[in-house]
Amino acid sequence: MSEDHVYMTLAEGHEDDSRWAYGTGFEDPLHGVDTTVPDTVDAGELAALCVALGDDALVSAQRLAEWITRAPELEEEVALANIGLDLLGQARLLYSRAGQVDGTGRDEDAYAYFRDAADFRNVRLAELPRGDFAFCVVRLLVLSSWRLAQFERLLGHPDPVLAAVAAKGAKELTYHRQYAAEWAVRLGDGTEESHSRMRKALDKVAPYLGELFTACDVRDEVVAVLRQVTEEAGLPMPAYRPSSGSGRAGEHTEHLAPLLAELQGVARATPGATW
Amino acid sequence: MVTLQLGTRHAREIAERVPDPELPMLTLADLGVLRDVRLTEDGTVVAELTPTYSGCPAMAEMRADVAARLREAGYERVEIRTVLNPPWTSDWITPEGRRKLAEHGIAPPDAAPRGPVPLTLSPTRREVPCPRCGSADTEETSRFAATSCKALWRCRACREPFEYVKEI
Repeated sequence: MSEDHVYMTLAEGHEDDSRWAYGTGFEDPLHGVDTTVPDTVDAGELAALCVALGDDALVSAQRLAEWITRAPELEEEVALANIGLDLLGQARLLYSRAGQVDGTGRDEDAYAYFRDAADFRNVRLAELPRGDFAFCVVRLLVLSSWRLAQFERLLGHPDPVLAAVAAKGAKELTYHRQYAAEWAVRLGDGTEESHSRMRKALDKVAPYLGELFTACDVRDEVVAVLRQVTEEAGLPMPAYRPSSGSGRAGEHTEHLAPLLAELQGVARATPGATW
Repeated sequence: MVTLQLGTRHAREIAERVPDPELPMLTLADLGVLRDVRLTEDGTVVAELTPTYSGCPAMAEMRADVAARLREAGYERVEIRTVLNPPWTSDWITPEGRRKLAEHGIAPPDAAPRGPVPLTLSPTRREVPCPRCGSADTEETSRFAATSCKALWRCRACREPFEYVKEI
């Protein structure tokens, strides 16, 4: 079988090409998964946790996708798109789980496209504008370390679906953190310009660290990673203080609504459409 | 009982032959995403699939392909279930799958790590032999590539770029 031939099979006709379409109308990614909620689990709390973790992932994925056509090199564009795709996949699983347990029966599209900014529960760091590549790297380093530490704790969650989503996601987040850490060292220990941009990025992230640890106290794990990276990169540790304001309580910056307007515009203009 | 076993074996053989939509040189069995196929007493074929990555866009395609092939083979009732636990690991790619990947210029994965992977910042020396010329003088150019499951490498000996299925 020649290499060309094997890929040609992909071009054969399909009875339903919409499976490769974008937009709405996808099948539930938890298709055929046992949806029972264990008796020991508070369904409301579980749904809220799934939505919060889903929102962090969806909003982060949207910011990462903004780098497509704008990244410094093609390889970085592909990397950021891949990381965003992993997060989008995690969001889909988490929203689907939330809809199963919160009693509303909502599907993933209802959560992603048909809630307003005040209903989103993502941490505010995820929604800040794209910034420069240094900011992208620092934010990704912080958010991937924080999410990975949370997922490692969720491995023992009594809800088997959430535990399975965490087990799968933890492996992906390990790659995301490694990518961000390597770039942080390269830029921090790079030129005068890249070093100064990394310092600015750390200053920009610092005021939002407290909010992360209030939402989920995995401070030790995150601080250990930041210490390891900043020491290697010759950068200062970002100072953090208790936060005022919380995305987990629906208090957002002015940057979330425009992000959602772009994300949700087509789905709201033509509900149920696939494109 | 014997009939059920025979039917299960037949249905499994059909499902196992379905090609992966993104790595079509592999079957779903080679890739290790087909976790179980069984014929139940009421004549339903239950097939279990697991995604490679959370965001794998090919899952819906795989589900539809498996169902279509089983229906073509005469099984009217087909149920495809997604299983998330245990999560897919590249260790599940079969020896046959690894051979086919290499034959098509894609380096098969190393052994996957067990448990949490600590962050390492010192350069790690990894050996991924070039699938074209066999040289060990290769380097990673990007940890992310055209699909979630692959990284980009290049061979310093034959100068060819190649893809490497990441260990996960």
